[in-house]
Formats: sequence, structure tokens, C-alpha cells
Amino acid sequence: MNVTMLLDMAADGFGERVVVGTREEGFTAARLRELAAAAGALVTDSGADSLLYLAVNGPAFPVALFGAARAGVPLVPVNYRLGAEQLDHLVGNHPDALVIADEGQTAAIERAGLTARTPEKFLAELAETPPPADEPVFVDPDSPAVIIYTSGTTSAPKGVVLRHANLVSYVLGTVEFASADEGDAALMSVPPYHIAAVSNALTNLYAGRRVIVLEAFDPRNWVETVRGQQVTNAMVVPTMLARIIDEPDLDRAVPSLRSLAYGGAAMPRRIIEQALREWPHVDFVNAYGLTETSSTITVLGPAEHRAALESADPAVQARLSSAGRAVPGIEIEVRDDDGAPVPSGTSGHIWVRGEQVSTEYAGKGSSVDAEGWFYTRDHGRTDADGYLFIEGRVDDTIIRGAENIAPAEIEDVLLRHPDVADAVVVGVPDDEWGQRIEAVVVARQGADLDEAALEALRAEVRGSLRGSKTPERIVCWPELPRTPTGKLVRRDVVSRLDPVRD
Amino acid sequence: MKPRVGTTLASTTDGTTVIVVRWGDSDLDVTCGGAPMVDARGPEAGTTNEPDPAQQEGTRMGKRYADDALGVELLCTKAGTGTLAVGGVPLPLKDAKPLPASD
Repeated sequence: MNVTMLLDMAADGFGERVVVGTREEGFTAARLRELAAAAGALVTDSGADSLLYLAVNGPAFPVALFGAARAGVPLVPVNYRLGAEQLDHLVGNHPDALVIADEGQTAAIERAGLTARTPEKFLAELAETPPPADEPVFVDPDSPAVIIYTSGTTSAPKGVVLRHANLVSYVLGTVEFASADEGDAALMSVPPYHIAAVSNALTNLYAGRRVIVLEAFDPRNWVETVRGQQVTNAMVVPTMLARIIDEPDLDRAVPSLRSLAYGGAAMPRRIIEQALREWPHVDFVNAYGLTETSSTITVLGPAEHRAALESADPAVQARLSSAGRAVPGIEIEVRDDDGAPVPSGTSGHIWVRGEQVSTEYAGKGSSVDAEGWFYTRDHGRTDADGYLFIEGRVDDTIIRGAENIAPAEIEDVLLRHPDVADAVVVGVPDDEWGQRIEAVVVARQGADLDEAALEALRAEVRGSLRGSKTPERIVCWPELPRTPTGKLVRRDVVSRLDPVRD
Repeated sequence: MKPRVGTTLASTTDGTTVIVVRWGDSDLDVTCGGAPMVDARGPEAGTTNEPDPAQQEGTRMGKRYADDALGVELLCTKAGTGTLAVGGVPLPLKDAKPLPASD
């Protein structure tokens, strides 16, 4: 039970199908296995204990993923946008790695005394290698397949160890083998150091769906690629969908698209409602998961999206803001501050358990309790039918006086305004209250949020929530500090709002 | 046998291999083509047996075979010609209920 088994099944089951890249220039499942076998031999011969990938997504990524797996060492995709200090720290954790890095990313590698090859050179080298004998490899299911560093938006990045058993369990629990149609194509827009890039490479291969990568996202490029490559399935983070929906004068026709999955951060209700109306032929899927859970643990499916838009039942409508229900093999519990489970409808801390859940942070020990439960550090609640509502990171909670305030609740109100494209609510250090609530909004393109409009926004929050949850100040910025994968960097918001203390 | 989840079992009568996706608490015989399957990495790997001509329904790559009462589920990772059976009873094909693609 390791990820090489998934590749073997694909190569045996539909070996001649193109599974990576464009139909004209991509490679088949059988070719992917040959390249992975050559990559595995390269890693083994080098004596490396890990394969570091410091490059944009592309055809070399799945080859590296399966090559590392065949060699029995983890693939470590690293965020190429990190600053030198963080990069040096992460690279320093892997002194015996074989390295694949883009031109221009080699400085940190050289500082660590390692040498790198570019993805192009890596693939060219493998293409010249005669395919090794087609022998099945035995890799311990409990050995690490991938180490992914968390984004570090709330704390220092941690290396999440995902074992073969975690990833395979996720794939087998959520995908049927060879279930994609011959012409299906998936468009991947997230970078390789995001868990979705790893899970996407595995699930699409297992389903028999060709994967095309969009190296640098912009709304026009995205719709043109969907049209040009006849893309049927796509995955985006909410900021990407917001940019596609809000881009002026963009031809948003995507006739080939059948399914659009999104996740990774909270989706503004205005954006998803507009997207559902813009593309009535598309199946929308909201997935919630963490790096530590091998990607998706809950799914809100296409029918539930449409029902929420059309239903007169408030509970059904509300589900458009939910993350859906647990996938097979996953248990979810919402617990109070003392660790006791709470009934549905009550907010608390989200805990999760299942085979796909990582049990270890590299160098830091176990990440689960004695019963195998993992604490997501997310707040949330379930409704009577088990739909999970995410209320934000525990670490983002604002403590004003003695009151705990979840920013997400206030952000939801701000984002409902038709002229607000993006919003964040943070706690700013305050002598009287400990923290006071402040908000930053971004105006939708073409809209103007002047002082009067911002004051009206404050009044709207006071009307929807209550005085103690109303931001003392709302300011308008051209954009919010977000990671390329759409996560808000709240500490940067706070330091800009309160520069004196920082 | 009482294999742990994730174990690969190999047929001794044809090319079938399966992995154990679920296994209850019972100690059960798993056969393919009428002869016991063996742990693909165990000491019995490579054993061959004569297939039972009456048990030749075939196995299909990527399909799940399951008995909910026994709590057993096997996923076929290499197809073959024999019939999968647990405790002498053919294991039925499990209905696929695919989730929508989420990544």
C-alpha cells in the first residue's frame, strides 16, 4: 500500500492514456512509470535521503513524486517564494537531499552546500536513461512519501510527514479507479508545495484524468487555458475564483468545464453565488482539509450547492457557507475548551481522525493524541445533518475584554456588501481592552469606498451582529496581504494597522 | 488469515493481486480460483496451485470486492481469471459511489 502501487495500476489499466501535460506533448501513464523508475534509480544511486523540489509545478513534479516513492525517500516540495532566512532553514533540514530547483532558485541550495538540477535537465537526463527492468518495488507503507511544510501564516512552518499509507488511504477513500472519461482534463493552479498539488497528482492519475498545470495564475490565462485545452475539471483557491468573477471585461465562457473544486481558505458568499449563476452547467465542489489530513476531509457536493441557491429552507441555504460532510474513513468531533464533545449547533474546536491523517511533524514528534485524534486548530460547528461550518483559526481569535470574537463572523458581514471584494478583521493591541477590533476592506474594481461608505459598513455590522463585535475602525486598502495560495497573513495586517508597537 | 489493512495478497492460481482495504476481527480464508491467497511479501509468496475450473469468474483491476457483514473489503490491484472468495463464498463486487472530484 504505497503510492507506487497507484502508478502501477494506472500504467497497467490505461497505460496508453496521456495523463500529464498537453495532449500533444504530454506523457502517458506507461511513460510516467518509466520516468519514475529512472528517477527512483537516480535517487537511490545518489544515496540521497530525500528529494527536494524547489520549482514551479510542471511535468517534472509527478515524476519527482513517484521517483522519490520508488526510491523509498520522501519528496519535499519547498515554497520557492520564501525569504532567504526561512528557505535556508528548511533546506538545512535536508542536508542529504537530491535537489530539483528552477534557475534562479539555486542560491539557497548552494548556500547549503548542495547542487541542484533544473526540472528540464532532470527530465532530459531521465529520458536518456534506458527504462529500468519493470519490477515492482516494495516500499514500507509507514515510510514518509512526502514532507510538506505548513504555510507558517500563524506560526513557524512545520514539516508535515505524510506516509504512503496516509496518501493511499485518501486516494482509495475518495476516488474510483479509472473513473474519468478518456477526454477529461484537470487544470491545476496551485503551486507544488501546497498539499492540493500532491493530492491532485495522485487522485487524477488514479482516476485516469490528464493534468495540465497553470504555472502562474491570472484570470485571463485561466479561462483561456480552460477553453484552449478543453479542461473539464479545475481546482482553485477562493482568491482565484474571486479574481475570475470580478475581472472586468473578461469573457468567462468555459463550455468544456464540468467540475470546479475550491478550498484552502474561506469563500466569500457573494463570489460563490455569482459563480453558480455565471456557470449553471458546472458542478461546484467545496473541499475542506489541511496539509496534516492529506487534503480533503469534508466535501460539499454539486447538488448541495444548487440546492442552497434554490431552496426556501434556511438550513439548506446556509450550507453554501459550510464545508460539507466528512469523506469516507474520516471522523470529525467538535469539542469544547475542556475537550468534551459538544452537540450539533454548538461551536467548538474541530478534531479529526482517520487513516489519511498525518501522525507526525518532522523533528517534532507526534501530532495526534493517544486515540489518534488530530486537533485542526480550527473553530467550527456542525448542523443537525452533519454539515461542518468552519469559523476560522483558533489562533486568529480576537480577545476583546473578556470576550472571544471570531473574525470570520464579522468578515462574513463585510463580504456580503456588493462593493467589498476582500475583507479582514483583526485584533490590534489596545491599552483598555487588550485587543480592539479593526477591519480592512478592499473595494471591488470600479467601486469607491469613501469615508461615508466605510461608516455605513460599520453601521451594517452593528445592525447584523452587536456593538462589541463592531470594528472600531474600518479602512480601505488596495489589497490584503495574502499568500499565493490565498491565505491571509493577519500578522502583517496588524503590523500595518499598528506600526508603532511593531 | 487476519491480514492488516494495506497488506497485498497474491493469488496462487492466476495473476490477481488485491490489497486489504478493510478487515474485521475474524480469522478468514481468502481464496482466488479456489486456492488460498498468500501475503505477497510473506514466505509463501510465489506458491502456485491448480485453479478450480468452477471458480473462474475473473477479477477486475481497480474494483472493490466487499462483504459488509464480515467487514472485509479488498481492492484488486492486478486483474486475473479466478474468483475471489472469503470463507468459500464468492466476494461480491462493491457498488462504486464516487465522490465528486475535490482536488
